[in-house]
Amino acid sequence: MKKAEVDKIINSYGADRSQVIAIMNEVQDEERYLPEETLKHIAQRLKLPLAQLYSISTFYRVFSLVPKGKHQCTVCMGTACHVRGAERVLSELERVLKVKAGETTKDKQFSLDTVNCVGACALGPIVIMDGEYHGQVTAAKARNVLKKPEAK
Amino acid sequence: MKRIKNSRELEKFRKALLKQESGGKTTVAICTGTGCQAYGCQEVVWVFGDVVRKHKLGKKVEILTTGCHGFCEKGVIVVLHPQEIFYQRVQVKDVEEIVSATILRGEVIERLLYQDPKTGKRIRKKKDIPFYQKQNRLIFGNNGLINPTRIEDYIRIGGYSALAKALNGMEPEEVINEIKRSGLRGRGGGGFPAWKKWETCRKAHGDIKYVICNADEGDPGAYMDRSLLEGNPHSILEGMLIGAYAIGVSEGYIYVRREYPLAIQNVEAAIAQAKKFGLLGRNILGTDFSFDIKISIGGGAFVCGESTALMSSIEGKRGEPRAKYIHTVEKGLWNRPSNLNNVETWANVPLIINKGAKWYSRIGTEGSKGTKIFSLVGKIQNTGLVEVPMGITLREIIFDIGGGIPDGKKFKAVQTGGPSGGCLPESLLDLQVDFDQLNEVGSMMGSGGMIVMDETTCMVDIAKYFLNFLLDESCGMCFPCREGLDQLLTIVTAITEGKGKLEDLQLLQEIGEMMRDASLCALGRTAPNPLISTMRYFQDEYEAHILKKKCPAGVCKALIQYQIRKTKCTGCAACAKLCPEKAISGKKDQPHEIDPAKCIKCGICKDTCQYGAIQVI
Repeated sequence: MKKAEVDKIINSYGADRSQVIAIMNEVQDEERYLPEETLKHIAQRLKLPLAQLYSISTFYRVFSLVPKGKHQCTVCMGTACHVRGAERVLSELERVLKVKAGETTKDKQFSLDTVNCVGACALGPIVIMDGEYHGQVTAAKARNVLKKPEAK
Repeated sequence: MKRIKNSRELEKFRKALLKQESGGKTTVAICTGTGCQAYGCQEVVWVFGDVVRKHKLGKKVEILTTGCHGFCEKGVIVVLHPQEIFYQRVQVKDVEEIVSATILRGEVIERLLYQDPKTGKRIRKKKDIPFYQKQNRLIFGNNGLINPTRIEDYIRIGGYSALAKALNGMEPEEVINEIKRSGLRGRGGGGFPAWKKWETCRKAHGDIKYVICNADEGDPGAYMDRSLLEGNPHSILEGMLIGAYAIGVSEGYIYVRREYPLAIQNVEAAIAQAKKFGLLGRNILGTDFSFDIKISIGGGAFVCGESTALMSSIEGKRGEPRAKYIHTVEKGLWNRPSNLNNVETWANVPLIINKGAKWYSRIGTEGSKGTKIFSLVGKIQNTGLVEVPMGITLREIIFDIGGGIPDGKKFKAVQTGGPSGGCLPESLLDLQVDFDQLNEVGSMMGSGGMIVMDETTCMVDIAKYFLNFLLDESCGMCFPCREGLDQLLTIVTAITEGKGKLEDLQLLQEIGEMMRDASLCALGRTAPNPLISTMRYFQDEYEAHILKKKCPAGVCKALIQYQIRKTKCTGCAACAKLCPEKAISGKKDQPHEIDPAKCIKCGICKDTCQYGAIQVI
């Protein structure tokens, strides 16, 4: 992200310090992680210590300090999905992608993450692949979810 | 539309809207709640638009995209008004037929009607479906009648009339008194009387005070607040407006989770419209009362549902809780008096003001008044959101409304209250659900998640699941919660791996009690609940893991084995093809075998087998 773009976001919140989480949220949306340079810039503009931004980015689940893969695969680990076998779905995806939850594959194609609940419990277990909901996923079907983006 | 200047104008506007309402028009209400989104409702909406245009029915048919109807199991849900025909599991391919057969010729499409599994009968109207029959959808029912992005829809069904009533005929103290007599308790979890908070905040010293709406619905398996925000955002704004007037506040916040993009979008739109109509901002409805609402978006941290952590997050800091020697109603957000209530609590307020405390307090039990929305999920036939009067039994919710357990399995437990709650066994199914009864049996209301479990759910594994969740979400600030959870999880994990000892149960109990007494915030104090309740009601399962090294439900990987039943295996080799470790072997059309040394217990073979030949022992 160019500095001017980051400035635009900061200005849209009136450079208000209390809006730092909202500003970081927008950067995260745009870049899919928080680059160090950008964090430094935000800290400077809002006159906040960089340590505070770092502490925020490690506290909230949505923020990542490392770049994410091209495709985002998220497994819902809500209680409803859990009792219907989400754990086994996650293990299978971890096995296929050869990463643990929270990691990105070496070729930077896939990031595998978990989420506490997406509130679509009727369809559990749910896997969200690049924003698309896949319902009633079983361990056996899990690898099919990854197929679509691979073909693209 | 210009600003509504006073209550009279609001009434005039409402009458004009009612007049405009469909004379001879068919309204197609399509559910676009999150559940139906996942089923692809957006495409259904588009195709409906196309087909209606194709038949040149633009003037006779109105397409209404609504919030959640609650019966998520059967999405996409489409309701035709005024005929009240309830179509379920609607797909894009059904749209043409609905328009040409039902709307044009008045024929009902049988296959799209709900079929009662008990009688086999097809049911035409929403209100006759067993899922809806026992409900009392006072708060949630309006979701199906309005487009949440149109303030006119909300005003048409009586929206903002409670605000007008409060502003024009009631003193702030009278409003608080009305809430007091209604018996409304906070729907966020603890069940604290709403009026007490309001009154203390009103009396607290300070010129600037805040009202806040807690929409950081973090309990896994609970999504009623989200559906209210998405489906009827103005009802929450109206509740907050009334609260702000009663407490004497001019600034408000709604703290929403980032994971709820549609809720954020709809609330943002609602705030903008309310401002345009003069229902938010300065001199609302021509009175001296001014009030504005800002949205604050969370970053995905469960602990931010705790009041002090939430306020710290709004201030732009880490969401860490603080000790509450001084309550937030005295010193909360930016150290100013702040009144925090949950989404559902705010949504109850306009109803109470409109219909009166006397009417409201007739619903529910002695100590818990009104209705409660539950999200009924897990191993249940009819997954969805249900709104029931307080005092209904668990059995009625699970078996009458929820339709019981699918696949002929046996009920084992129901988990209420999310990670702060507990698991209740079959013997407590006749428990009357309210704040006090649930507390008494070692669980809690929480925000209203109700996760049903059957015989294939392992209760030790459930305890491990919640401990894992809580350890991940603990902010780590106080020792009892941080280290306590870590130790509990270590011990429970050992039990699930067959390495547990009987003495462990006593130790778990002791650590749990320590956490209850010594943790800083409610997250830590209630964290042992899922574990302690499963130990209390399902001791035999713990003992089976420890003494017999068996997992009776067949879940805990270290204690189970997959095996092929020779009598049922046809030798189709479907499982062998998919087995990632090539652990399954056998001749074509002959019973196969699993090599336990190679098997990683992923369960893919069991998911794949069509003959039920694979069993867990």
